[in-house]
Amino acid sequence: MALNLSPDEVERIARLARLALGNEEKARLAHELGRILDFAGQISTLDTRDVAPGAGFLGLGSVEREDAPLPSLSREAAMANAPEVSSSLFTVPRVPGRE
Amino acid sequence: MSATEACRACLEAVERLDPQIHAFTTVAAESALADAARLDAHPGELEDKPLAGVPVAIKDNICTAGIRTTAGSRMLERFVPPYDATVVRRLRDAGAIILGKTNCDEFAMGSSTEHSAFGPTRNPSAPDRSPGGSSGGSAAAVAAGMVPLALGSDTGGSVRQPAAFCGVVGVKPTYGRVSRHGLIAFASSLDQVGPLAPTARDAALALGVLSGGDPCDSTSSSRAVPDFTATLDGDVRGLRIGVPHALFDSGVADEIRGAFDASLEALGRRGARIEGIALPHARFGIPVYYLIATAEASANLARYDGVRYGFRAGDADSLSTLYERTRGAGFGTEVKRRIMLGTYALSAGYYDAYYRKAQQVRTLIRRDYDEAFARVDLVALPTTPTPAFRLGERLDDPLQMYLADVFTVGAPLAGLPALSVPCGRVAGGELPAGLQLIGRMFDEATLLRAADALERELDPSPPFA
Repeated sequence: MALNLSPDEVERIARLARLALGNEEKARLAHELGRILDFAGQISTLDTRDVAPGAGFLGLGSVEREDAPLPSLSREAAMANAPEVSSSLFTVPRVPGRE
Repeated sequence: MSATEACRACLEAVERLDPQIHAFTTVAAESALADAARLDAHPGELEDKPLAGVPVAIKDNICTAGIRTTAGSRMLERFVPPYDATVVRRLRDAGAIILGKTNCDEFAMGSSTEHSAFGPTRNPSAPDRSPGGSSGGSAAAVAAGMVPLALGSDTGGSVRQPAAFCGVVGVKPTYGRVSRHGLIAFASSLDQVGPLAPTARDAALALGVLSGGDPCDSTSSSRAVPDFTATLDGDVRGLRIGVPHALFDSGVADEIRGAFDASLEALGRRGARIEGIALPHARFGIPVYYLIATAEASANLARYDGVRYGFRAGDADSLSTLYERTRGAGFGTEVKRRIMLGTYALSAGYYDAYYRKAQQVRTLIRRDYDEAFARVDLVALPTTPTPAFRLGERLDDPLQMYLADVFTVGAPLAGLPALSVPCGRVAGGELPAGLQLIGRMFDEATLLRAADALERELDPSPPFA
């Protein structure tokens, strides 16, 4: 039987992921993630000594181009979807003294 | 037929059918008709354009300038992109008309289109069933005849599985064949945009338009793009097709197995040689995929913070509360589940056992394919273990939903091109079944040639006479 994630672990992961979760949601995730991770644990049985991790086989390399400006979005277009702006700046809650 | 006539015919079909199917999140009738009128006013410009006047639906996780792009999420419910994705620009340059945006699982995370914030799409073959996902809206729109072509995105099967469930052709190109610029990122080492169309020939035509290098996507390949339609001659003599029998000895519905076997026999009648192969690590595809894809998703979705664009939760008195409440309220259940899983797999203490291990097994999965392709030209699998399931049937059991992706996750993990082509109907003729073919890197041409040959063999009536 799969072990649930502990409440502390769920809290820790939610904090890392910057997700506010309700109590019911946390309980459900503790169970579901426990079950999925238990299933995923089957890969631990495989011998992967000397096997390179990653997707190197995709053959991706570094790509460079001349460092010259290209046409880009106007400030207005780039900020048109922002939830809150003032004088063409993004607005966020006051940071100093509150964190 | 003029572009305006084609556009009107599609809009009428959408008006008639979509209240029931719900394939579309946004119908861009006004801009589509304006684009069509502009094309019709300059007929000379349409000459030599491969998709002149063809109405196309775009999955709603692909950016369209001036047309709302939601990714099926509350987070982007009112997001209007300031630019076109490269694939959309390529379609427009080829003469296509963007008819609207199609429903999908939120941020393309799901296999049923039930995880859309805007409600599920229904399968045109059986409206109580799922069209598959995450590109379920695109597959349903093509299957129902609302559009002749749609774009989807495939990360672990999101083009091929809905194509199989709805009875259309769906292609996941080689990683890097098609630009991802403007595709809303889910898992960047796996995501590819691909076409859904009624036939292999239509899909081949569209893939040629979509393919090619893009300075805006450093992972795109500038390798030459062949004319994928040029080799669709029905000739598969000598083509070697490998079947990894051990992978689906159990867990495949009898009728799906029957349709799969019959499709291989059909290709055999045309001269293809069917051989057994082994893909010993393929059965680990699900854990590997769901660790790597969620890890990448947890990083990619960090950008939804309620500051620069998208949804913002109110009443936050600090920046961290703003982030947490915005993400807690803006993301749906499945997205939060995957962000949590991916964050866990990347977190201190678990990284080596889960993420790094999964990356190593990913290499083993690819090596299996390299060995197989030393002997055969294509690998064949059923696209799905079952035909389309009923809406709601698998929602309460996420692991069960994940397990059904067992045949589709291999190709993206290995970076290989793959497609699903209809291979008959099951359940008394009610539901489509799909044959999946997987090819060598950048060898979409052979995939499409075999799919086209299968279509000719299974339905020799015109246009294949």
